Amino acid sequence: MSVPVTDLLRILPELVLAVFGTLIVLVEPFLRRTQKSLTGYIALIGALLALLSTLAPAMYPGPAFNGLVLVDGFSIFFHFLLLMITTLTIVASFRYLEREGLPQGEFYALLLFATIGMGLMASGNELVLVFLGLETVSIATYVLVGFRRTEVRSNEAAMKYFLLGSFATAFMLYGIALLFGATGTTFLPDIARQLAEGGGMRTLALMGMGLLFVGLGFKLALVPFQAWVPDVYEGAPTPVTAFLSAGPKAAVLAAFLRIFFTALEPLSGSWVWVIWATAILTMCIGNLGALMQDNIKRMLAYSSIAHAGYILIAFAAHSELGIAAVLFYLVAYALMKLGAFSIVSHVSAGEAHQSIDDYAGLHARHPLLAACLTVFLLSLIGIPLTGGFFGKLYIFTAGIDANLMGLVIVGVVNSALSAAYYLRVVKVMYMSEPQGNLAVVPVPASLVFVLTLTVLGTIGLGVFPSPILQFAQQSVLPLP
Amino acid sequence: MNQNYLSSYVPILIYFLLAMGVAGAIMLLSWLIGPRKPTPTKLSPYECGMLPTGDAREPFSVKFYLVAILFILFDVEAMFLIVWAVVLRQLGMYGFIIMSIFLFLLMVGFVYEWKKGVLDWAPRQSRRG
Repeated sequence: MSVPVTDLLRILPELVLAVFGTLIVLVEPFLRRTQKSLTGYIALIGALLALLSTLAPAMYPGPAFNGLVLVDGFSIFFHFLLLMITTLTIVASFRYLEREGLPQGEFYALLLFATIGMGLMASGNELVLVFLGLETVSIATYVLVGFRRTEVRSNEAAMKYFLLGSFATAFMLYGIALLFGATGTTFLPDIARQLAEGGGMRTLALMGMGLLFVGLGFKLALVPFQAWVPDVYEGAPTPVTAFLSAGPKAAVLAAFLRIFFTALEPLSGSWVWVIWATAILTMCIGNLGALMQDNIKRMLAYSSIAHAGYILIAFAAHSELGIAAVLFYLVAYALMKLGAFSIVSHVSAGEAHQSIDDYAGLHARHPLLAACLTVFLLSLIGIPLTGGFFGKLYIFTAGIDANLMGLVIVGVVNSALSAAYYLRVVKVMYMSEPQGNLAVVPVPASLVFVLTLTVLGTIGLGVFPSPILQFAQQSVLPLP
Repeated sequence: MNQNYLSSYVPILIYFLLAMGVAGAIMLLSWLIGPRKPTPTKLSPYECGMLPTGDAREPFSVKFYLVAILFILFDVEAMFLIVWAVVLRQLGMYGFIIMSIFLFLLMVGFVYEWKKGVLDWAPRQSRRG
């Protein structure tokens, strides 16, 4: 009895991350206080090596560990995306952790462990493995959110996230249990086969599906389950907020797509309208909430709720075109959100200045930062020549292609509405006089690196979208 | 699903009833044939040596929480080790290597908590890293 080498190759990125995460935990206690930043470089090397080692599963696609893990184009795409997010988050946290005096080793180790969970969610082909992946991400992020443990806000955020998150976990687990009860299996293809043949207990399966939707919808911050998002995003350390809004979101969406488009495909008649209604609610409430915020982190939190709504349009399209649109959108979205939150983490200097008014006259203090933030905000609106434009374009195209005219119209109206609050920040940055005297803090090299990549990526996707779009189109899940 | 599917759970039901039966039988037997010499101390409810009644909102050291977490960790380890030890012969070298990896990970955690001073009930001021 032994594990075939190809099985290990198919989870090589996760193995690399696990080795480096463990290495950090082992090395950190032996470092002196001034040497702790070494752990950041270990984490960076680990994330980059994991990114590189994604080529191994890419060369040997197929099932591993008796079908628990399925490596296909879809999971490879998500591995590249998730590891890119982790790498950028690590670099963006370098100076933040030093400035705030937060423990560094644990931060990077938890980030790497969370990435393992995200990777498993992207390639998990069995409900319990997906659940384990989700829990790995969740537990790591509960701790990361409360990382500024002397701050009341951070504690409040972690507490809310933990309590509501465990509640959602219970829903998800109960859903898995009911699906198992209905079909006698937890493997996604087997569930699909059982349901397609009319076997299994239909009502029980539908209930399980509903509970699964609640659990995943909570983690994705869809609208009836979005209440935690603003508080958690506001209280968490800003690099963690950046990570939360990009990484776990993409990973949960990967699991969401795979479960609903393979295992629950035979029940699609029952879930498409739920997605349809949730999309409308999520877009409208996300954007209306964002309009009323004066705190930039809360505004971006509501904006990320709204963006989950746009993504659901492509989900509801229920087509390969829709999946490709989701994949492309996630790349564009991750780049602009990581970039925007990195700037917020620099400007807010110790989380003290989070108000939109603190950005008054930013163009005079930091012309380049203001320009970068403008690029990200324009991309979040979906202005041409940015990645956000093509992302929305493909999503709306997928919606029209699937005859979801109503949904697309609501989406377009919401995009226009969202311009109001994004442009408000641009207006404040360029047209208002700076209030008070905020010090001009030089931008650290690590942040310059992150911003260069994210700005180039955002504009690059807006000018030459086709390479990533082709990659996304080759990576869709096969639909029957 | 079908008859077969549900009937595969019958052994668990039997086991459940058996466990209740045995526990009930022991209690019943000790009640029937055991000698009884009650004293007030014996009759008072037992709760780990603490007074079982009183205000629950007493302050107690938050360190108990760490100890409890560490206990659960190593408790789970013991649970895995026993199962593993029973079938070690069948698992062979593969099982040995897998368990070594598992124990190595636990050891990493142990080293970490030791160096961080979690095991010192009253940490010496000079050593906090």
